[in-house]
Amino acid sequence: MRYSALEVIKQGLTGNKGWGPIWRTPTPKPAYDVVIIGGGGHGLATAYYLAKNHGVRNIAVLEKGYIGGGNVGRNTTIVRADYGQKANSAFYSHSLKLWKGLSAELNYNVMFSPRGLLELCHSDGQMEAYNRRANIILARGDEAEMLDRNGVRKYAPFLGFENERFPIKGGLLQRSAGTARHDAVAWGYARGADALGVDILQNCEVTGFDIEGGVVRGVQTSRGVIKAAKVAMCVAGRSSQVAEMAGMRLPIESHVLQAFVTEGLKPFLNSVINFGVGHFYISQSDKGGLVFGGDLDGYNSYAQRGSLGRVEHVAEAGMSMIPALGKARMLRSWGGIMDMSMDGSPIIDATHIKGLYFNGGWCYGGFKAIPASGSAYAQLLATGTVPAYASAYKLSRFETGHLINEEGTGAVPGLH
Amino acid sequence: MRLNCPHCGARDSREFNYFGDAKTARGDDFASTYLRDNPIGEHAELWQHVSGCRAWLEVVRNVTTHEVISVKEVGQ
Repeated sequence: MRYSALEVIKQGLTGNKGWGPIWRTPTPKPAYDVVIIGGGGHGLATAYYLAKNHGVRNIAVLEKGYIGGGNVGRNTTIVRADYGQKANSAFYSHSLKLWKGLSAELNYNVMFSPRGLLELCHSDGQMEAYNRRANIILARGDEAEMLDRNGVRKYAPFLGFENERFPIKGGLLQRSAGTARHDAVAWGYARGADALGVDILQNCEVTGFDIEGGVVRGVQTSRGVIKAAKVAMCVAGRSSQVAEMAGMRLPIESHVLQAFVTEGLKPFLNSVINFGVGHFYISQSDKGGLVFGGDLDGYNSYAQRGSLGRVEHVAEAGMSMIPALGKARMLRSWGGIMDMSMDGSPIIDATHIKGLYFNGGWCYGGFKAIPASGSAYAQLLATGTVPAYASAYKLSRFETGHLINEEGTGAVPGLH
Repeated sequence: MRLNCPHCGARDSREFNYFGDAKTARGDDFASTYLRDNPIGEHAELWQHVSGCRAWLEVVRNVTTHEVISVKEVGQ
């Protein structure tokens, strides 16, 4: 069914009896042309673009849990393109362009809201660094502007301007950045892929690979053996475990990142705002809750919950930035497991095993990357080549020295 | 999470810095710099008690439950 205003009226007048499930629940076929492991945002987007742009129709997406139950439903929903490194800048710039048309593309409201993103600067040196960053963004044709202290005060008057320890000197504003509804992104891509004939197989965990003579033949799953000429890993958070079944060791550590939400409040925050001293970022969801997060807990973890030390740190950073936050009550906090790569940038590449492909290492950047990652990975699976905007995300770059290290922190995943 | 430092006793994990997988943390070739086992379950890792005795510690910890199984000084 195509969604439209007319359809809403029609259904409203006929008792809303015509709305059905938006994807099928098929039984696994014995073989597919392409099997995508992981039904998160990236896996579903890959399946969608593979069917839509490349005409591949015999595709299965294997999800060990349920659609929307992983990191695609656990993030802080921020979409931005404010990177400094050339490779990241090209990639996220392309992704932001896809975000703009995504609701229309999918005929599904992903509630992409370009409400702006402000990165605060608290010292003269930081202003210089962000001026440079803004110029990099402008030079590649995207949009950014620098605000001085008065500009920031006008834009976000509720910030802690009285803070003498971390005075607000100004900020980098990207008006085209914003947020999107994370669940809707997963559902929209799932619905789009399903309509193009993709089988979405939930509760289907991959337990092993069938590899003969360096060529992948298929996967073993909790729902039986599935043969496939091409198998695409897309399981950020669990990449090391899945790759290990294929005998691979990855440049990735798994870390927990926490996020928090307050009770619903009246409209208060007009954009996404990043603190420039501690690692803290905040936005207000369309339901009214303030959604915010900070740094990784800092050590390897597969627990989808974090430590209280980080909760305290995030609360302190939030209070430094917006003193009024202290009036809000925190409703809940949760954790998601990040594939932290060794240079803080992702990987989209073929592996040394013929027919086996890898997409992962998304660190914090996974959500905003979904459209570009899906279309790049789909092209890799269909044609064997990655489009130019994602061609730097090679698995071999750690060995060849072509690292993409935005923070310049070295091979310490917990610091990116 | 608390780590039981052999010199200082049980202390909050915020007193310690984390240096990752104990097997690879001190190597200097490609594999030990960039590749990790990244296992689920027990993980042997290096920590330093930077806000205490500054000793280097080898900690075995369950990365799924955050249970600390053992702490000993490196080289002991």
